[in-house]
Amino acid sequence: MSEPTAVATPGAHVVHAAHHEELGFWRHYVFSTDHKVIGIQYGITGLLFLFFGFSLMMLMRWQLAYPGAPLPLIGALFGESRMPGGSMLPEFYNELGAMHGTIMVFLGVVPLAVGGFGNFVVPLQIGAPDMAFPKLNMLSYWSFFLGGVTMLFSFFVPGGAAQSGWTSYAPLSVIAGTGQTFWLIGMIFLITSSLLGAVNFIATIIQLRAKGLTFMRFPFFVWAQFVTAFLLLLAFPPLEAAGIMQLMDRVAGTSFFLPTGLVVSGQVLQHAGGGNPLLWQHLFWFLAHPEVYVLILPAMGIVAEIIANNTRKPLWGYRSMVYSLVFLGFMSFIVWAHHMFMTGMGTAMAAFFQTTTMIISIPSVVILTALVISLWGGSIRFNTPMLFATAFLPMFGIGGLTGLPLGLNVSDIPLHDTYYVIAHFHYVVAPGTIFALFAGIYYWYPKATGRKMSETLGMIHFIGSFVCMNVVFMPMFIVGMHGVSRRLFDGGQGYQFAQPVLHLNAVSSWGAWIMALFQIPFIFNFFWSMFKGEKTSDNPWEATTIEWSAPSPPPHGNFVHTPQAYRGPYEYSVPGAAKDFSPQFEA
Amino acid sequence: MQATTTTDHAADIDRHVRIYISVFVTLMVLTIVTVAISRLHLPVPIAVSVALLVATVKGSLVACYFMHLISEKKLIYAVLGLTAAFFVVLLFLPVLTHATGFWIHHQ
Amino acid sequence: MEIPYTVEVRPDTGLTNGKIGIWLFLASEVMLFGALFASYILIRTGAPDWPRGDTILNVPLATFNTIVLITSSVTMVMAWASLMRNRFGTYRLYMGATILLGGVFLVVKYFEYSHKFELGLFPSTNNFLAIYFTLTGLHMLHVIGGMAVNAYFWGPGAKLWKTNPEWFRNRVEHSGLFWHFVDLVWIFLFPTLYLL
Repeated sequence: MSEPTAVATPGAHVVHAAHHEELGFWRHYVFSTDHKVIGIQYGITGLLFLFFGFSLMMLMRWQLAYPGAPLPLIGALFGESRMPGGSMLPEFYNELGAMHGTIMVFLGVVPLAVGGFGNFVVPLQIGAPDMAFPKLNMLSYWSFFLGGVTMLFSFFVPGGAAQSGWTSYAPLSVIAGTGQTFWLIGMIFLITSSLLGAVNFIATIIQLRAKGLTFMRFPFFVWAQFVTAFLLLLAFPPLEAAGIMQLMDRVAGTSFFLPTGLVVSGQVLQHAGGGNPLLWQHLFWFLAHPEVYVLILPAMGIVAEIIANNTRKPLWGYRSMVYSLVFLGFMSFIVWAHHMFMTGMGTAMAAFFQTTTMIISIPSVVILTALVISLWGGSIRFNTPMLFATAFLPMFGIGGLTGLPLGLNVSDIPLHDTYYVIAHFHYVVAPGTIFALFAGIYYWYPKATGRKMSETLGMIHFIGSFVCMNVVFMPMFIVGMHGVSRRLFDGGQGYQFAQPVLHLNAVSSWGAWIMALFQIPFIFNFFWSMFKGEKTSDNPWEATTIEWSAPSPPPHGNFVHTPQAYRGPYEYSVPGAAKDFSPQFEA
Repeated sequence: MQATTTTDHAADIDRHVRIYISVFVTLMVLTIVTVAISRLHLPVPIAVSVALLVATVKGSLVACYFMHLISEKKLIYAVLGLTAAFFVVLLFLPVLTHATGFWIHHQ
Repeated sequence: MEIPYTVEVRPDTGLTNGKIGIWLFLASEVMLFGALFASYILIRTGAPDWPRGDTILNVPLATFNTIVLITSSVTMVMAWASLMRNRFGTYRLYMGATILLGGVFLVVKYFEYSHKFELGLFPSTNNFLAIYFTLTGLHMLHVIGGMAVNAYFWGPGAKLWKTNPEWFRNRVEHSGLFWHFVDLVWIFLFPTLYLL
């Protein structure tokens, strides 16, 4: 099988621009093994799922703002089994809730942050021609795609999609309708995709980095993806095992998670019993806690890149940030039971998990502080990526700080499973991670397309999103502190103690609906700029990292000359240098 | 085309093969041993400890010699060390958390 | 476009991409089976009583299977050693034996399982059987997967020996690592389920 290859053997300085034999449409655009194509596939699919998950939430917010009220026009679309007379049934609310969470986390954020940005940027940033295992990479994407299709399909099975929360706690999830089985099957596809991807990222970063690119010369983004890959590799398998066991419970009649003597709707369940619902929680959270670091680490990586670039200064405390990152990754495996403080564990173990949880806040604070200090004394350029990146800092700050009372056993008691928790984690993921992802899109769009997105539309997108995010989530802290539980299909309307804060539900809802409107300039900008955006050079942001030495967009094989790293990643404003940036890739 | 390593390492391979055979014999013996000991129906804690000890020895032999772990690179050791740590955490923390009454009775 | 270090090792790590890749994958498999073992521990310690393995399961048959799997591990590493000695024919024999022994393992498991079903013993019967079927079932899926990969390298994949013997040797070594891991899991599964 001969093919005209470009040989990038170690020591070669010139890579012939590879013109691989004419691949058909399918091999070129659909089943491509090129990391850039796969990255864009992940990116577009991830964005579509983010939009879909957002839409599910907008529906929920109608019910929360106006419980029981028929939804005009749109309500009729969902049929009598879900919204009779346009009025939402509790089961449908639960369906929306469970799938909103599942889709946002597993089909939206992670595929975009890791699959999209990771795949597209990492090989370019380390000077590699592609990932270590290109075919495996393609398999990972299609496994993710199948998982997504399975999840979407579950809406159409009798009884609807999963309705037991994105956390699928037993025994409810075990006795739930068919949709839950599809959730489990979908998760197995998604976990497989992530595991294969993780292997690829780790092998690629270690083995394919360019000459001169030592670990302490990595862009922070590469470190972030490296640690994230380890989290995915080692934390996901227990959830896969748990998923298999829940499938066995549902399909083969086992009782892994079903206790003895369970009564369902007045009838004693005919099962062997002897199972433990807490076993599910342990295995789920063993993954799900590292998972939240999977959600935030790539975002921190993106923010670090953009801040260094737009302050024209090196990152402050790069070394501390890297050590913190690694420490954080390690600690993330031993904090999970802070999600389970209310399950009756003994005081010693509660103290253990509380302690590890407090300790893990330290590296987070180090990273955030270093990023903030990095702004000090910089020549700050407020372009769209920088707006989103700097906004990330206080938003993540709020999200992180509000996590502290949840991580302490005693203060968690009144706050557990209330809207306070929802506000906490959304601050970290929504104006946190998602803002970082927006920043990344604006920042790397020129590399992927050769054109810049409109700054004006970007500014509108930013201001609207920033204000609305806070309108949506800030009130939820108050609602939660008043004791309103999460996952109530009427937003707490039925409870006397909730009455004083119920109006805040409507505030959050309007914030969400208006935020949706402010995404329109972004969506328009994204597609319009592909054809009409200002054409750029290879390095429009005058950045120092290796991806900016490749053509925009990069060809198959990425680089015209095999890159080499000559210095650290953020040599901006070096005294005595001709320019205010000394790229990593220039001799 | 890479220079073949085979003829250089012929003697090496012979030595390896001898090791494989002796490991094989040891594994067979240990298998018999572990089954024989189980016949004694020792008290559960002791039975568990002995069985796991034998299994660990057998597993280590497979890992070190069949999987060539004994002469692997540091990077692989680092990855496996990390994995071992989390494996231990996963195995023991859940049951420690739910030894309900354990800490109450032993305070 | 060639990916570097697919066949030759990267000097500073001393590894090929495939070697790192397979060990990373095995690390994830350790966590997968680890979770099931952790579940076993939690369920068993929480149970008021728990049957001793040999009262329900067939120890002689499983001992035989243990011997079969360990032997297949030896034939697997001998297959790789044959390639290192440039003896392709011998490789084919040893690899074939490995696949065959895997098949024997599966046949024995078939008899074990069907006998249980005949006696009315199903995963749903009690938690001992639930964890037994799940652990050995997942292990069995890994045996099948390993056999499939080995069959590929015995058959159509063996063409690579002619064009890139070094790469072929590496790939056989990597699938051998997976096969040894499958054996290793059984080495722990066997006493845990059958003898304790």
